[in-house]
Amino acid sequence: MPPARVVLAVVLLTVALAVQVTLMSRLPLPGATPDLLLLVVVALALAHGPGFGLVCGFAAGLAADLVPPADHEVGRWALVLTLVGYLAGMARDQTRRSAFVPLVVVAVAGAGSVLAYAGVGALMDDPNVTWGAVRSLLPTAVVYDVVLSAFVLPAVLAVARRAEADQAAFA
Amino acid sequence: MNRDTRRTRVLLALLLVTSISLITIDYRGGDSSPLDGVRSAAAAVFGPVEKVAAAIASPVSDAVDSVSNLGNGQDEVARLKKQNQELKRRLRTGALDRHRAQELDDLLHLAGAGRYKIVPARVIAIGTAQTFSWTVTLDAGSRDGLRPDMTVLNGDGLVGRVKTVGPSTATVLLAVDPESSVGVRLESTMEVGFTTGHGAHHDLDLQLLDGQSTVERGDRLVTFGSQGDMPYVPGVPVGSVVSVTGTPGSQTRSATVSPYVDFTSLDLVGVVVQPPRADPRDAVLPPRPASTPTPTVTVTVTPKPAG
Repeated sequence: MPPARVVLAVVLLTVALAVQVTLMSRLPLPGATPDLLLLVVVALALAHGPGFGLVCGFAAGLAADLVPPADHEVGRWALVLTLVGYLAGMARDQTRRSAFVPLVVVAVAGAGSVLAYAGVGALMDDPNVTWGAVRSLLPTAVVYDVVLSAFVLPAVLAVARRAEADQAAFA
Repeated sequence: MNRDTRRTRVLLALLLVTSISLITIDYRGGDSSPLDGVRSAAAAVFGPVEKVAAAIASPVSDAVDSVSNLGNGQDEVARLKKQNQELKRRLRTGALDRHRAQELDDLLHLAGAGRYKIVPARVIAIGTAQTFSWTVTLDAGSRDGLRPDMTVLNGDGLVGRVKTVGPSTATVLLAVDPESSVGVRLESTMEVGFTTGHGAHHDLDLQLLDGQSTVERGDRLVTFGSQGDMPYVPGVPVGSVVSVTGTPGSQTRSATVSPYVDFTSLDLVGVVVQPPRADPRDAVLPPRPASTPTPTVTVTVTPKPAG
């Protein structure tokens, strides 16, 4: 992995996590919280493929599991976001075909992450995971993530390409 | 790394197994999980980052809070315009600072009424809804004297309890989290019960232990107080009953309680570091609105002398 790519991913994920807990959760939106961290993982996976995507997903998920005010079992987001990073990376070659592919990837990732996280919770008898709670989160999670991705995906992809170009110019 | 190779799949399997192992270790560990050390280390490292981020985001989040207090209505545009002017005017006079001073004033008033010794703190981070739990981070930690299982309140009433503490931050489990169960007492009848939550946008559920008890709309609740005043000190206002379900005589009586605290716009809170010596009972509840006496008109008829 080129060092510039790793540094960029670390910076982007740290900023995303900080903005996620300080600002995104404060937005007076019904239902889910727009998941900026998920979108940055998806964007990095779309830029660099499944291998880089799954490592980014694991790192981001582990951070989200540990950083306050997290109060769930460590590893739940790590598990979910590793899968999200890997699967989003698999769709990388398809993104050249149509501009809609990234939106579909984001929608599936948004819904999939809620369901997978809830599923792991259900296996552990998490009393907070109820069918009603999942149902109220699912549609809003997809809508917010797709809307936010219209701004986040192009920005992250542009920064990632720029970093690669600089790297190539140095080499 | 760019393609889905054998190496990538091995890495995927490795990281998935790692995640599952971590979940298992943390789940089995329960309250004394071996990962607690890692958790507090993460709080020590990322806590200051959250403080800085919260300070940078503060003007934005303040604006968001003011807008969220608007509510809904049909004359949105007209009202928003008016509100905009009002906000501009208030911004010029530093109303946000005054608002915060007012919040602090309320908090000190409540703490004084109940004789709680508190440490004031601000909410710097809020957990995402997708985690199914309702937690916030405060900008005070063990260095400020905070310990797990301390009561958290604000000027309106009960906020929650401290769950975990880092050096300069603390995580609070809100009273609206489904895992929170708060022992409460009815102001009027002294009946005992407990409330459980369903998230910040829903009211609390109240279960009364005595099926024969009478509970009415408008009845007000304070915390009952836990053994050793941990995690809840007695006498903190919780909310008022908005509707009663179930018939008298059934096993337990349940009711819906509207909490006094607005959990969607938490900012300044206080952590009770020293409980009161004596249970303040209902002394902390806000004064009841004074009932206006209905005037009775007395008409005296004086018979006119005929004539």
